[in-house]
Amino acid sequence: MILGRVVGNVVATIKDEQLVGEKLLLVQLMNRKREPVGRPQAAIDVVDAGQGDFVFLVRAREAALATYPVVGPVDLAIVGIVETADALENIELELPLGESFFI
Amino acid sequence: MIIGKVVGTVVSTIKHPAFNGRKLLLVRPLHLPGEKPEDDFIAVDAAQAGIGDTVLVCQEGNSTRQVIGVPNAPVRSSIIGIIDSISLQSPI
Repeated sequence: MILGRVVGNVVATIKDEQLVGEKLLLVQLMNRKREPVGRPQAAIDVVDAGQGDFVFLVRAREAALATYPVVGPVDLAIVGIVETADALENIELELPLGESFFI
Repeated sequence: MIIGKVVGTVVSTIKHPAFNGRKLLLVRPLHLPGEKPEDDFIAVDAAQAGIGDTVLVCQEGNSTRQVIGVPNAPVRSSIIGIIDSISLQSPI
């Protein structure tokens, strides 16, 4: 699952039957510093997000399960509106050679 | 499964019902010496992990649904263990 921000709306009249009634939004995926990652993408919305909302999304086949029991052709779904996403900076992420103990 | 560090928490009130009562954590994958760090992602916590913990993360939907016990939940990543130690012999 990943973070993103709603940057627009998508309207499609002719679409797969299973997508009828689903809200489509344009989302810019982001890292935790809220910097954009990649291009904006269309996502279905099941939590009633709006323009500018900071959201979290699920990718791939799991996205289609957001609208269960209707499982349509979907690969990105907004599944939550984020209030806060705090992260520590300067955490050592390099795995050194040899033994590392984390406790 | 990948090895990462918990770097933060995500708070969300309005969310898909499958996430109710679940802790959402931000995870960054560990990398080998000289490699670029990867971007972080969100994982559902199934191992009582906290910030700073080195964790084992499963990035597959079916296993995650099984771990959290919610069939048909729109989830993909879950923290399934807290790592005590790693022995890296030599990077490829």
